[in-house]
Amino acid sequence: MWQIITNNWGAFLTGFWNTILSSIIALVFSLILGVFFALLEVAPPKFGRAIAKVYISIFRNIPLLVIVMIFYLIVPRYIVKLSGFQAGTIGLTLYTSAFIAETVRAGINSIGTGQMEGARSNGMTYTQAMRYVILPQAMKIVIPPLGNQFVNLVKNSSVLAFVAGFDLMYQAQLIAFSTFQTIDTYIIVGLFYLILTLPLSYYMRHLEKKLAK
Amino acid sequence: MKKLRKFLFLPLLILLAFTLTACGKSSGNVYQKVKQSKQIIWGVRADTRLFGLTNVKTGQIEGFEIDLAHALTKQMLGKDAKAEFVTTTANTRILLLKNGNVDAMLATMTITPERAKQVTFSKPYFPAGSSLLVPDKSKIKNVKDLNGKVVLAVKGTTAVDDVHKYAPKAKVLQYDDYGQAMSALKANQGVALTTDNGLLAGIAQENPGYKLVGGVYSNAPYGIAVNKGQTDMIDHINQALNELQQNGTYDRLIKKWFAGIPGFSLKGVLK
Amino acid sequence: METFIHAYSWVDIHFLLQGLWVTIYVSLISIALSFVVGLILGLLRYMKIKYVSAIVGFIIDIIRNLPLLLIIFFTYFGLPQLGIVTNPTTASIAALVIFEGAMLAEIVRSGIGSVDPGQMEGARSNGMSYSQAMYHVVMPQALHNMIPALLSQFVSLVKDTSLATIIVLPELLYHAQIIYSQNTTYLIPMYVIIAVMYFIVCFCLSQVANYLQKKYN
Repeated sequence: MWQIITNNWGAFLTGFWNTILSSIIALVFSLILGVFFALLEVAPPKFGRAIAKVYISIFRNIPLLVIVMIFYLIVPRYIVKLSGFQAGTIGLTLYTSAFIAETVRAGINSIGTGQMEGARSNGMTYTQAMRYVILPQAMKIVIPPLGNQFVNLVKNSSVLAFVAGFDLMYQAQLIAFSTFQTIDTYIIVGLFYLILTLPLSYYMRHLEKKLAK
Repeated sequence: MKKLRKFLFLPLLILLAFTLTACGKSSGNVYQKVKQSKQIIWGVRADTRLFGLTNVKTGQIEGFEIDLAHALTKQMLGKDAKAEFVTTTANTRILLLKNGNVDAMLATMTITPERAKQVTFSKPYFPAGSSLLVPDKSKIKNVKDLNGKVVLAVKGTTAVDDVHKYAPKAKVLQYDDYGQAMSALKANQGVALTTDNGLLAGIAQENPGYKLVGGVYSNAPYGIAVNKGQTDMIDHINQALNELQQNGTYDRLIKKWFAGIPGFSLKGVLK
Repeated sequence: METFIHAYSWVDIHFLLQGLWVTIYVSLISIALSFVVGLILGLLRYMKIKYVSAIVGFIIDIIRNLPLLLIIFFTYFGLPQLGIVTNPTTASIAALVIFEGAMLAEIVRSGIGSVDPGQMEGARSNGMSYSQAMYHVVMPQALHNMIPALLSQFVSLVKDTSLATIIVLPELLYHAQIIYSQNTTYLIPMYVIIAVMYFIVCFCLSQVANYLQKKYN
């Protein structure tokens, strides 16, 4: 098993790096998009609510792989050239943003209407009340579930393997098929994933317990 | 409670054993097994026109290798024997053999020294060679032109190594099957698709606007593979292959599938 | 437009529906089995039995933190090495049950945790045994609390079946790929229709989740 690691160290590292990079880019943009659509969904305008609902239900109910394939095979033919890494990361971002939107919306709703009414009666506008009163509290509540979404994001980034995205899983396949040591290679790759996901999910559980107290 | 604990320990142990086990084990004599069951499980391709492709109407796989598998099965085990098919992709072929999911692999598999360390090959049954598929308007003439360009290939095929050898500066993107690789070529993810000429001829036939260029830049004859050590099985396969070539069945199948395919010459294939 | 009409010929739609059927039945079997596995593992983890709970918890955490794709490879290539011969269908179901079972176990554990511990104590002091109290008092409330999380996990499971194309499970996405790789002009029509098919199946499941959530709140 050591031989696989030492002989393919560069390939593993490339994959590891691309998995991290894709996950972080997707995290940042899916957070922005997710919070945006969550706000749109709880805001008074009916039109905005409808758009947010449609957006969220589309990306929650279609497999990630299908979304990524559309960005990899269809978009480059008609709109703009996207590499496997780019298409995969865009797909990940859109897919995850729908889950983040749901999480954040639930957080906002859990704050309760009393806070909003209180802030409004103190002369704040809706935007101000949302910005300074509701959202800060909501974000605090949703940190653990958001953390879990990030863990899912790292795991889901393995779909890049389908579109030659040079992530950990893609490199694993290539190494496995050239060394014929499939199981060993996949165990090593599993350890690489655990390095990323396990500390994060333990930390989130710790936070959750702390918040519950 | 105690009973419950005992009951739950079993699946856990299996899980643990499963994560820890990394060593393979070889199964018994495959030839004796297939002789008794009167059935051979062949690993075949379902994504390669002419060799093995799923027919959308019937859901069945059709192609030269499928016909050859049926003929070999009957030649080896008698008229009432059955050929079963398991769909494989290029990158899973050796694993499925080693794991015992299939009895023999008849799946556009090039004979290479590295693979021969893992599996045992029959004599060649098809003289393939790596070639290139490019759009009609492409300026690429041969494999050397690929330096500095992006080339598309399928995971686990010999063409990947060939590109590295003949065009070391080319970047290779690899996919799970030919459908995905061809779709990627159409999405301009790369300038050329490389694999064996027979497969490319089938793809070109289906996709107007694409052509084969550069001839065959590396020979890659196909062999039937069985798990390492199954010499009994491979001897019988070789014998049946010889018989099929002598009685004309082989030539008939070649003509049925490959006669009149543009960019493909029957010379040297017919016995 | 014409390509769409050609692409949606009866032959192609029939072929896609065959794929959809595989998606649905693999999902249903996996949902049923992973629910049982998740329930047992979640309970075991919650009960804090010496060693057992710790080991179960550790295994659950490992599996939960690995990509499903990796687990699919393990069941497809790894199980045969233990003498269990797999085909794409059984390997996919095994992978889904292992992975989703671990995900569900976590939901079950926190669901039971969400029930007021006083309930258990009350039931015990009324003369019920631990398992009776768990079965009759705690579990019903816990299940009720975890319905939304359970159902959204089931929706994920349905979507995740698409990953099994990598081991050639003949499900919806794979069948679409076969059609468009034989006629690449069908690329867009195929992705449109399978997106719609997945959407309908998953949306119906999510609506059930919403309905149950509203009904019990």
